[in-house]
Amino acid sequence: MSLSTQEAVRENKGAAAQQKYLLEVDSVRKEFPGVVALDDVNLRIRPGTVHALMGENGAGKSTLMKIIAGIYQPDRGEVRLGGKKVQMHTPLDALEQGVAMIHQELNLMPFMTIAENIWIRREPLTKLGFVDHKALRENTQKLFDRLNISLDPETEVRDLSIANRQMVEIAKAISYESDVLIMDEPTSALTDREVEHLFQIIASLKADGKGIVYITHKMDEVFEIADDVSVFRDGKYIGTDLASNLDSDQLIRMMVGREITQMFPKEEVPIGDVVLSVKDLCLDGVFENVSFDLRAGEILGVAGLVGSGRTNVAETIYGVTPATAGTIDVFGETVEIKTPAEAMDHGMALLTEDRKDTGLFLMLDIQENMQIALLSQDHVKGGFVAESTVSKLCKEMSDALRVKTPGMNERIENLSGGNQQKVLIGRWLLTKPRILILDEPTRGIDVGAKAEIHKLITKLAGEGVAVLMISSEMPEVLGMSDRVMVMHEGHVTGILDRAEADQVSVMRLASN
Amino acid sequence: MANATDVAENNAPARKLPVEANIFLVLIGIAVFFEVLGWIVKGDTFLFNPQRLLIMVLQVSIIGLLAIGVTQVIITGGIDLSSGSVLALSAMVAASFAQTSDYARAVFPMFTDMPFLVPVFAGIAVGALAGFINGSLIAYTAIPPFIATLGMMVTARGLARYYTKGQPISLLSEEYMWLGSGTIPVIIFLMAAVIFHIALRFTRYGKFTYATGANVQAAKVSGINVGRHLIKVYTLAGLLAGLGGVVAAARAGSGQAGMGLAYELDAIAAAVIGGTSLAGGVGRITGTVIGTIILGTMMSGFTFLGIDAYIQDIVKGGIIVAAVVADQYRQRKRAKA
Repeated sequence: MSLSTQEAVRENKGAAAQQKYLLEVDSVRKEFPGVVALDDVNLRIRPGTVHALMGENGAGKSTLMKIIAGIYQPDRGEVRLGGKKVQMHTPLDALEQGVAMIHQELNLMPFMTIAENIWIRREPLTKLGFVDHKALRENTQKLFDRLNISLDPETEVRDLSIANRQMVEIAKAISYESDVLIMDEPTSALTDREVEHLFQIIASLKADGKGIVYITHKMDEVFEIADDVSVFRDGKYIGTDLASNLDSDQLIRMMVGREITQMFPKEEVPIGDVVLSVKDLCLDGVFENVSFDLRAGEILGVAGLVGSGRTNVAETIYGVTPATAGTIDVFGETVEIKTPAEAMDHGMALLTEDRKDTGLFLMLDIQENMQIALLSQDHVKGGFVAESTVSKLCKEMSDALRVKTPGMNERIENLSGGNQQKVLIGRWLLTKPRILILDEPTRGIDVGAKAEIHKLITKLAGEGVAVLMISSEMPEVLGMSDRVMVMHEGHVTGILDRAEADQVSVMRLASN
Repeated sequence: MANATDVAENNAPARKLPVEANIFLVLIGIAVFFEVLGWIVKGDTFLFNPQRLLIMVLQVSIIGLLAIGVTQVIITGGIDLSSGSVLALSAMVAASFAQTSDYARAVFPMFTDMPFLVPVFAGIAVGALAGFINGSLIAYTAIPPFIATLGMMVTARGLARYYTKGQPISLLSEEYMWLGSGTIPVIIFLMAAVIFHIALRFTRYGKFTYATGANVQAAKVSGINVGRHLIKVYTLAGLLAGLGGVVAAARAGSGQAGMGLAYELDAIAAAVIGGTSLAGGVGRITGTVIGTIILGTMMSGFTFLGIDAYIQDIVKGGIIVAAVVADQYRQRKRAKA
């Protein structure tokens, strides 16, 4: 497939065949500790086109863009701009060589004006070396006139809406007059009207012969503005084709079309009563009307793109960010959960998404990491920790989970990711939870530990624990879940039974 | 299992010495340094003079009390700038309840000749209250500890002055002044150290303190009521500053509003020299005790050699910075490993 589609692009160019590519990426490889983020990927950007990059979470799109924008350095392979091999060590290098990037995260300084933000580091100066505010204002106005943006250049950025800030970011990137402009989900913060405006700007950039790399998860946008589409999956380059040659089903299949070879230790276990029932749960501005039931022994997988609200739902049920509306029933009783401690009292446990940020106590040892949730419930007499009991429980748990460590007083930061994750799972299992919420339980850990954790989840379900498992890894969701709940932009777009859930059906609901 | 023991053999022996061992070596080094200089410059021993050794610890035992409190605050990832001022306020309040009726112009003429526990509790209670306010501000208004305790530092000093319009409170009862006599301040300091060492090592309070400082988000998710816990820690730090004030007034025989000026910085320095990390999650009372004694040794040593007090400060500043640089270096080395 990939070969023939590249041929198609090549032929289609016809008359333009003589013209060089603006940007060429050849066999670029990038590894992070434990993962291959990019595995010999290629990319060709033609002048005057919009080139959409598509792929699931973790497909490698953002990593590739960060390499092109000089934020990361490739381990291997080369990047060519206008046919010339370039090495970009910093974002500044990239800007100077003609690549500008609009970031997903907003990078503006809130207490400075729009004009100051746009021209930072490039301020026009007076003869005496002071900033020439008049020229600054005029330059900004000129830029805004060209782009049809009606904002006052003197406004401080903190007074702008998120959407307007995004427009300023876009204007700033364009002001560098770069040949290649990278847009990483530029519309995620924009309303329909502004999206329309952005598309007009993109059209005029195309007419100027610029190349635009456009990362998005939204199918309709791809078919509206993209000329070429390249698909990535699991760090690999899958193929490129003209947008006009594709439809959304074909695209989804390219994105998810992996063979599921991995075997999952899923077992059929008796499913019991409903233990957690969530009705019309809302968190203002984040997710709305989330409803589902979770039964004892059941594994309910939660799929969806990053930012779809999956993690927020878990945190809300667990009391990290209390709900603004809706009800939560635990064991048939409506409960109000405003803190994690209350959630724990109701038999819940939450393995958080980001091990380092919200899970580990890096400078503490294994036992101290493992015992903490247990101590907030039990095994304390008159303030004193029942050390012998607790250390025995932790040791047993550590052995049962086969944590590889020289001893329980080893600092946890010296353990591998997989072993750290096992310790965190152990932390929760010591509290004997009835409802176990797992957010990305196997992210960033090696294959062996992954399989062990999958086995463990199955075993827990067999013991009647209700499991809510959020995962960005499609094979994991499909392989482990009894049912799959899919979220998109803060809404549940579907709950599929094991039989009807496959890569295409889940992806379709996730990208809508 | 075989696998686990392999790992143990590979990297276990390398680092099993507690951090305190290093700090203790530094203390020995400084002491030997003065001993050698003593023989060269004055032809006299520095260390083998029991009187001097007592004074060495005695003059820092009040700072040591503050340092025990501030160590716990720093372990939670916070800071306490108010301890010196809270000490002064507590000293004033304690002294005002410890006056004898011989004195015609007592602050509270009806509260003279009180049993000795009254001023002690009054002083400690005032300190604990100041700490409770610090903790509540930090927990419920989410202002940084630096700001909350900076406010308390200024306010408590102001209150201490306002209490008697700047007049010292003197003529305290014999009973009360016993607290500041002989080795009593040293004993109080070491007892407090033992109590809080045990609290940090063996109680839930201690485990939660380390957890909060190591990763506040993870602590919350693990069911710890972080706000309530911070209030406890700051209240105890205030209580210790209050106790410091009680002892300081007893030792001086009077309460003075200017007491404990800049002690908060010495207390922080003692904690940091003792290996407490300002990043939170790391620190021990044993280290802080050694850090405190290092400060005392330097003071005594310089005095012994007849070196200018100003030079003492110059060197002290250097040592504090060196301690933090060493801490950063240790952290960076760990991050790489």
